[in-house]
Amino acid sequence: MKNLNYLICILFGLGITLSGCNNQSQKSNGALSSSAAEKVYIAPGEQDEFYAFLSGGYSGNLTVYGLPSGRLFKEIPVFSQFPTSGYGYSEETKPMLNTSFGFIPWDDLHHPDISQTNGELDGRWIFVNGNNTPRIARVSLSTFETEEIIEVPNSAGNHSSSFITENTEYVVAGTRFSVPVPQRDMPINEYKGNFKGALSFISVAPDNGRMNLEFQVLMPGFNYDLSHPGRGKSHGWFFFTTYNTEEASSLLEVNASQNDKDFIAAVNWKKIEEYVKNGGGTKMPADYAHNVYDEETHTGTSTMKKEVITVDPTQVPGSLYFLPTPKSPHGCDVDPTGEYIIGNGKLSADLTVHSFDKMLAAIEGKKFDGDAYGIPILKFEDVLAGVVKSGGLGPLHTEFDEKGNAYTTFFISSEVVKWKVGTWEVIDRKPTYYSVGHLMIPGGNSRKPFGKYVVAMNKITKDRYLPTGPEMEHSAQIYDISGEKMELIYDFPTHGEPHYAAGCPAELLASNSKKIYRLDENKHKYATIGVDDARVERNGNEVHVYMSTIRSHFTPDNIEGVKVGDKVYFHITNHEQDFDVPHGFSIIGQGTSEILVMPGQTKTSLWEPKKVGVWPFYCTDFCSALHQEMQGYVRVSPANSNIDLSWSLGE
Amino acid sequence: MFLLPYHSYFWAIINKNKRMKQLIKTAVFLLALILMSCGGKEEKKKDGFSVTRQKTETEKPVSTPDTEVTKASERIDLTNKGLGPVTSVTLNPEIDQAMASSGKELYDQMCLACHRLGKKFIGPAPNGILERRTPEWVMNMILNPDQMVKEDPLAKDLLVEFNGSPMANQGLTEEQARAVLEYFRTL
Repeated sequence: MKNLNYLICILFGLGITLSGCNNQSQKSNGALSSSAAEKVYIAPGEQDEFYAFLSGGYSGNLTVYGLPSGRLFKEIPVFSQFPTSGYGYSEETKPMLNTSFGFIPWDDLHHPDISQTNGELDGRWIFVNGNNTPRIARVSLSTFETEEIIEVPNSAGNHSSSFITENTEYVVAGTRFSVPVPQRDMPINEYKGNFKGALSFISVAPDNGRMNLEFQVLMPGFNYDLSHPGRGKSHGWFFFTTYNTEEASSLLEVNASQNDKDFIAAVNWKKIEEYVKNGGGTKMPADYAHNVYDEETHTGTSTMKKEVITVDPTQVPGSLYFLPTPKSPHGCDVDPTGEYIIGNGKLSADLTVHSFDKMLAAIEGKKFDGDAYGIPILKFEDVLAGVVKSGGLGPLHTEFDEKGNAYTTFFISSEVVKWKVGTWEVIDRKPTYYSVGHLMIPGGNSRKPFGKYVVAMNKITKDRYLPTGPEMEHSAQIYDISGEKMELIYDFPTHGEPHYAAGCPAELLASNSKKIYRLDENKHKYATIGVDDARVERNGNEVHVYMSTIRSHFTPDNIEGVKVGDKVYFHITNHEQDFDVPHGFSIIGQGTSEILVMPGQTKTSLWEPKKVGVWPFYCTDFCSALHQEMQGYVRVSPANSNIDLSWSLGE
Repeated sequence: MFLLPYHSYFWAIINKNKRMKQLIKTAVFLLALILMSCGGKEEKKKDGFSVTRQKTETEKPVSTPDTEVTKASERIDLTNKGLGPVTSVTLNPEIDQAMASSGKELYDQMCLACHRLGKKFIGPAPNGILERRTPEWVMNMILNPDQMVKEDPLAKDLLVEFNGSPMANQGLTEEQARAVLEYFRTL
């Protein structure tokens, strides 16, 4: 058998040599020239070419992977409490999860989008949306931490979000559900004509990224599914897919699929912005939280906002048009030139491509096909650029490369289809495993894509990995798209349920990634900057422990005078100033979670002792050879005892 | 007093020297017998662990059999400049008081957690350091501790003497390390 293999190898090798002689220019694309394994293999010590940020869906968080290796680097907590770091448990981060509904420890995170300048990725921030209790978050791409979360009032199922305009002027958040605006007690069956869909335009300050809800466009009561900004010549417009233009409130599975065509809503946001700047719009009472995390105080604060400006688009001529689009379009994608708007009609086999130029001409010529609630409907034929006859079923999302190709996922037929922008011809199709939702090419929804890989994110895993009980992590596949044909090169499990993702070249972020927080820049209210400041103070039944850490001890590590019923705040400042040396803190009976304190940072854990005794605490992050020695005790006395507060280290 | 016996115990484990362990055990047992027969200090014994203290004293001569007698922290080496960015430092005869006081400020914030004045803590005390080390060595130890404890023979021995507790890189600039050095001259 061995000999036979050997013989085959020799013959095969000979074949290659011979064919190589015949045709030197023809480099094979086959497995021999470069195997899939070689393409995704990142040797130990080497680093990936791209960052990929995959939404976590119902995990509420954002995951960071490397491409092409598919290695998981980090989970960034955004909308969900995260015991791994103490996010949402520490006193400093609890305010980040505050909303008008109170403290909400979870959300459903869908669509990451990296900030842009002139339509190109600039790597400053990544924006993500919380679907369930509508929120938009901004994550720093230097600290990889959530810096800001703003709640979106008058919205419900914040799904056509969080997409940014070409210069990050706005992050846009559209509602999926239409609801009574303002919310009120009314019969559900009076939905039609009474419910509204709010499209929110949240400005982003160019210097520090701070968000502000500038205005909301109140639309007819449809469902607003997905959106993308115009770019290049269509900069200033925003496009939203709609479904349920039937305005059904029940059994949407049937009732929202009656109309042959729904709409893509084209919003001229520059017009509305100008209208609002000139005093237009209606101030409406609202109730929404705006939470900001300050990097210097290491502390989040939550402010409740009370008002929002709403705009009736029929009052702003030329600000809004409907583009008829067949079959409940889902993804709404704009090509890198800004000319083509793709409607992925999810109940269809075909893609509808609208032309921005044709749209402008139709508006100019006032060629309307009636109106919906006073909003002009353009004629389908007048705006149509072409139809991609794919032969697939259930198109959902499209991304682009820099060579004029588009890549569309087909959920029902489980495939990625590559087609040519402009000629609409299908070039290639490859199966996915299984039932693909979104796909992502780094920069694939900007003016400058980096079309080397496409990642397809699937909804169903089945037999792809070793079975792990009824619940499986979702699968993702990486395809090499550098050649004419796509090549499946890797398959990896993801965490939660990735919907959309965003990616960028590694060099855009790696050199800016923060390594430590400087201790001399720490402005936390309860920081212990010098070890001599370590102390314990009582204020009524509150006990504040000013504690510092360095490899490998806490200062102080013996504390007495704490009583049952006290609220003990451990304010822990990590005095390390070296990269990747966090310390953790946990204490027996801690009702929150451990906290992980980065070098130079201060974090606070609240402990409410319920039992008399001497209770240990320790460092949770293996920090040095003496990590196991990094521990201490708190003596808890009865509530009525009169033991004085005292603290010590090494005495 | 707690530190010493504990450290010795630590090294007994690290060495994994079975014969030595056996020796210690025997010694401890003998000592315990002697103590019991003497009938001394019964009160302390109620703490339950006074035996260990005795163990340390017996162990000491055994655990440092053939290496140098002088501890690394007490060794004097005024030629070794260490490894790192600093190759030459000139000390003026006059101490620069302004520099020294900024050095003290830095020291209190960045170093004091492990290095107390006048006593061994997590690491050695800085008092009189320039009688034992070159200024270059001191600054390189501050600026480049990771390489120092791996490659500099003196720093390697110090790591052992101080229980494997790593010297943290506190990210000081060369200028800041120089100021800390000036502060050390005032101690």
